Amino acid sequence: MTRLKTATFTSVVKSWRGGLSLACLLVVVLGALLAPWIAPYAYDIQNLAATNQDPSLAHWLGTDEFGRDVLSRIIFGARTSLMVALTAIGVSMVLGMCLGAAAGYFGGAFDRLVTAVVDLTWSFPEVLIALIFVAIIGPGLNSTMIAISIAYLAQFARLTRAQIMGIRNETFVEAAANLGAGHFHILFRHLLPNALTPVIVAGMLATGDAIILEATLGFFGLGVQPPKPSWGAMMSSGTAQIFLAPWTILGPGLAIAATVIAINLFGDALIEALDIRNRLRDT
Amino acid sequence: MFNFLVRRLLLLVPVFLSVSMVIFMIVHLVPGDPIDNLIQIGATPAQRAALVAKNGLDQPLLVQYGVWLRNLLSGDLGNAIIMRRPVASLIAENLPHSLRLGGLAFLFSTIVGIATGALAATFKDSWIDRAVTTLILLGSTVPSFWLGLLLILLFAVQLEWFPVSGARSWTGLVLPVATIGLHGVALVSRVTRAAMLDVSRKDFVLMLHAKGLSHWRIQLRHVLRHALLPVVTILSLRIGWIVGGAVTIEFVFARPGLGSLLITSLNQRDYPVVQGCLLMLSIAVMLGTLLGDVVQAAMDPRVREQLQ
Repeated sequence: MTRLKTATFTSVVKSWRGGLSLACLLVVVLGALLAPWIAPYAYDIQNLAATNQDPSLAHWLGTDEFGRDVLSRIIFGARTSLMVALTAIGVSMVLGMCLGAAAGYFGGAFDRLVTAVVDLTWSFPEVLIALIFVAIIGPGLNSTMIAISIAYLAQFARLTRAQIMGIRNETFVEAAANLGAGHFHILFRHLLPNALTPVIVAGMLATGDAIILEATLGFFGLGVQPPKPSWGAMMSSGTAQIFLAPWTILGPGLAIAATVIAINLFGDALIEALDIRNRLRDT
Repeated sequence: MFNFLVRRLLLLVPVFLSVSMVIFMIVHLVPGDPIDNLIQIGATPAQRAALVAKNGLDQPLLVQYGVWLRNLLSGDLGNAIIMRRPVASLIAENLPHSLRLGGLAFLFSTIVGIATGALAATFKDSWIDRAVTTLILLGSTVPSFWLGLLLILLFAVQLEWFPVSGARSWTGLVLPVATIGLHGVALVSRVTRAAMLDVSRKDFVLMLHAKGLSHWRIQLRHVLRHALLPVVTILSLRIGWIVGGAVTIEFVFARPGLGSLLITSLNQRDYPVVQGCLLMLSIAVMLGTLLGDVVQAAMDPRVREQLQ
């Protein structure tokens, strides 16, 4: 069984893709955590005398239509992006794993029900699912998180179910059952730990997609409401200044692209090192 | 094949019912009285009473759903609150734009995706392969709306080759199709390349090499053919992604279409329009997946048997 070990982690970091992407992710995470201390300006300070300025020494990435510093808003925007994506995927992963594991382990009518719902949502693009739930809950930070976690639920349930089905009939499970272990014990102590690695890697890759989805909802004006900065919303207001201040689009977009590419490269390097491409594929 | 078609169509019924039920519930789950979410601002009490009666808002939910479904099947999607028009006519106006954009993007992704994937597999580990692999990485990670904005900046604002937005001429389609397409190209290209590399390791390919056939001929006549099945599978599974991509990109390029209509009405809380758009988009995804399944079944008898 493949487990996340320090040795695999070291080999990932030593490969150039893994190392570079990890460094990039560290910058984003540190930027988000330390935003109030490292951002040159507050994210909501307006300066109507200096709107849509070109990049300069005072404002490295220029200013937006309210004279707010674009760089500072990108640094604070990292908080929104990461918080939404990590919370949403975390919730989605835990719920999806519980559903998928229970379905794969117990089988029967419950399994058929879960599989039916999962298959139903599987063919729908995540954007559409997220939009349906934003329509129900209304725009905002919380509804973005809820919508994203629902949008990815099917993926985790499906993957976990496949993993559990693969090992459910192994001898060590039978042995545990014969020793008198209950369903709960078998599921959480024996089956889930062995199914965890592919789900965690899939969760990592999904976090990248969730960042894009959060930005998309923000771009539509349905995510975090102003003046709180979000990369997607910044680009959306930037489109109105596309002739005047193109950097208000370039900066946040570059931040999203760099973060998501880094997550994908790191995830790929992990998949290589753990040799689990096949376990991720057949879902 | 006929059996397969009938079964597959029957499977659509529960899917359609569950999706439509979720969409129906939107007006009941959002805060406030459903009637306020359905009626135009400044309506008279008489109009209010008429709408309550028409939608059976004093009836149990399940009855209301039945009424809504019946209205739906007779083409009545209610009236837009802000735009003050029947939702059905708004959708009829916007749907062709979305279909044109989505269809062209799908065609573009399929053709360019298979071509680049096949090239990369044929020249594995060469600079072509590396270029295609980079394209795949960028296409699947760069957010499509940012890519759209970049293309606008470069080709519309700087070079002025194409219009920035709108749907008045055919040239306005080039940038949106390229934007949605790149995502699809990355997907199709990755699957084509992986499938071809898989097939190249098979014994019959070694045999063809031993017979002295040229590398090109083997790759294009034999390997690509075998590799097309997973490509069709992924295309049929992910056909909805083209619809999803169109939603975002229409908004970026300020083009008319279901996506733009949906986002605008969501921001205005015009729930009848939101419901109509979500319903149409869901139907598009369902029909797309159905089409994909039929093509797959026509190609592969094993798929047909699975549903027996």
